[in-house]
Amino acid sequence: MALTGIQIYKLLPQTNCKECGYPTCLAFAMKLSAKQVELSACPYVTPEAKTQLAESAAPPIRLVALKSDGYEAKAGNEVVLFRHEKTFYNKPGLFIRIYDSQPAETIKALVTEANAYAVNYVGMDLTVDGFAVASSSGDPNAFTTAVQAVRSASKRPVILMTRDVAVARAGVKALQAETPLIYGADAKNWEGFADLAKESKAALGIIAGSLAEMAELTDKIKAKGVEDLVIDPGGRDLGAGLAIGTTVRRLAIKKNFRALGFPVITFPGEVGDPGLEAVHAAQAITKYAGFIVLDHFNPSTIYPLLVLRQNIYTDPQKPIQVQPGIYEINAPKPEDPVLVTTNFSITYFSVANEVEGSGLPAWLLVTDAEGMSVLTAWAAGKFDAERIAKAVKGFNVADKVSRKRIVLPGHVAVLSGELEGELPDWEIRVGPREAVDLPAFMKHAL
Amino acid sequence: MPIDIPKDNWPGTVRTVTIGASAADGGTRTSTITVGGEKNLPFLHFETKAPNRPVVAIEIKDHRPEDWSSLLLEAWGEDVNDPVKWVTAAEAAGADLIQLSLSLTDKDGKPTTPESAVKTVKDVLAATGLPLIVFGPGQAEVDNNLLVAVAEATKGERLVLGIAEDKNYRTIIATAMANGHLVNARSPMDVNLAKQLNILISDMGMPLDRVLMDPTTGALGYGIEYGFSAMERLRQAALQGDAMTQLPMLVTPGFEAWKTKEAKVNTGVPAAWGDWLERSINWETLTAMTLIEAGADIVVLRHAESVRRVKSAIADLMAAAYTLA
Repeated sequence: MALTGIQIYKLLPQTNCKECGYPTCLAFAMKLSAKQVELSACPYVTPEAKTQLAESAAPPIRLVALKSDGYEAKAGNEVVLFRHEKTFYNKPGLFIRIYDSQPAETIKALVTEANAYAVNYVGMDLTVDGFAVASSSGDPNAFTTAVQAVRSASKRPVILMTRDVAVARAGVKALQAETPLIYGADAKNWEGFADLAKESKAALGIIAGSLAEMAELTDKIKAKGVEDLVIDPGGRDLGAGLAIGTTVRRLAIKKNFRALGFPVITFPGEVGDPGLEAVHAAQAITKYAGFIVLDHFNPSTIYPLLVLRQNIYTDPQKPIQVQPGIYEINAPKPEDPVLVTTNFSITYFSVANEVEGSGLPAWLLVTDAEGMSVLTAWAAGKFDAERIAKAVKGFNVADKVSRKRIVLPGHVAVLSGELEGELPDWEIRVGPREAVDLPAFMKHAL
Repeated sequence: MPIDIPKDNWPGTVRTVTIGASAADGGTRTSTITVGGEKNLPFLHFETKAPNRPVVAIEIKDHRPEDWSSLLLEAWGEDVNDPVKWVTAAEAAGADLIQLSLSLTDKDGKPTTPESAVKTVKDVLAATGLPLIVFGPGQAEVDNNLLVAVAEATKGERLVLGIAEDKNYRTIIATAMANGHLVNARSPMDVNLAKQLNILISDMGMPLDRVLMDPTTGALGYGIEYGFSAMERLRQAALQGDAMTQLPMLVTPGFEAWKTKEAKVNTGVPAAWGDWLERSINWETLTAMTLIEAGADIVVLRHAESVRRVKSAIADLMAAAYTLA
């Protein structure tokens, strides 16, 4: 949130010298707040004022990027409390935690599997973001071994978890030319950790028992020149977690409160019950987390969490769409059926995946429904007999097929009469309502 | 230095709705459900303590649902063959209330008659003391026929009848008004259409404290974010004082999640999908959880393990056992 004209005015020399080209400092301040002039136009602004003004122009929540060879996990730069106000920008990173008390072979096996994991969702491959290495032994050598085990199996970014700066130092040493997250600094050890983070140019995670304590710590650490901070203000149960996450986000967005303007890290696994871990992670994804550390790697949990993250962080103004046209599934011949659907990504992929998976060949005509699903587009008048006929003609479907027969999605069965009118030499069939029933329909009813 | 915790102060309040009638109120329920009454965004007790917690309904059918995921049929076992046994099992699994969804046809494939629907509803009411939601099969004419008969036969029980949509709400509203029931009013994930339907319903003379708002549920991966954002906007409109959105919300994660391929199919699916049962439970549970964060007051679920996880999450969110400082 930018400063107002009056707030900016208070930071200017207030001499009305006119050298900036404006009659008064207040006039200049107003222009500056509207971003219609650069601060550099004023020759007399003090260095302190310059810093304050630069800070206020910075985003309310610091963008913190963890980097490693070929990978990046970043969080921050959010500007709203609710996705419908604009969008959420930077998906929270999903990390899997391992402990240095686990044998190196166990760590390697788990990391290898999780590192390679990829699941396809509407044409995108979704993966986990990295690994958290936790020191349970307190021994720098054991920690080094564990970090090396992770690195031997994955290049993804790493979170180093220990409160002992000697252990942290050993972990950092085991990494090369990357930006890990060191978790972390607290009221007792913050000076050593701040020094380490500064030297190694790492991001620093901070643990505190209250928001006031956290604000104090971030101020102290920032004063030492470490600005890429990630905060853990506690709240391990859902109720406290929600209140804390919401308050941190509100303070940043509504009050431009800098001392808590950092991404939040959460630990859903600490609830203990793997079934509830997913529920906690879902709250974290939906409500403001920047980094999420899980204690279990199970495809049956990771897959839905990755999809949820994708869904919540989709820009509401840009529904995912595919290009309208005639798609060939399983190498169709002229006698194979023509199915029609809309160009909303979820709709398209639901239908295409079902048909593809069945092995049955088909021509899939995708109409321009402005990225809406079948029912939504129909309700909005963007998927009707006229538009379907237009697509049939526009994409020359008649030239590709020997049998003029088209299958409507079951939800718009009511269109069949009208479509017969629009396409008089075509046979109109009504298919199932749900894509999952398409293969059976195609086998038995066509 | 203490932090000044931002607290929202909203002028509006969500209406309070009570489902089910005890003997004192002319019904036969041994418990009733009260939802709504919120004065702020979900679970932010440090501003105002929410007066009522979200509740979990378990959905049962009037006979064995052959089209349900086999995982559900396995989970409920023989009980799915008899709504009376099924409702008893659902109550034991922790349901706060029950949704009975009527089918288009009976188990022999013949169209469900108003008489048989009434019998099923009465049998279920006799087998449980929990409040009851009754949904028609989802075809306007059939819904009207069956629900009118059910409404008349159960006058005074304060059932929730569903679903009323802009295309066919009149008959359902009329019978709910005449027989002291409530309705579930469904709109397609659109704030203005939700308001519009509530206005039409209110114009008929239906008191809005007998109406639940159903913004349509999209499952995880299949449109959840559309419903989620519609709900956040609806709840904020209510809190800002828009009387036509001040209704508690009902969502159906069970129906939506269990019809996905993830829940119905396990052959020929990617290895990355993992264990079938666990991913299906996650599909239902995470859909429910996300919508609870957006203000859902009633979530209708199908699997007992989802019920356990969601109820545990709700208890945690309602506990308010922390201080913000």
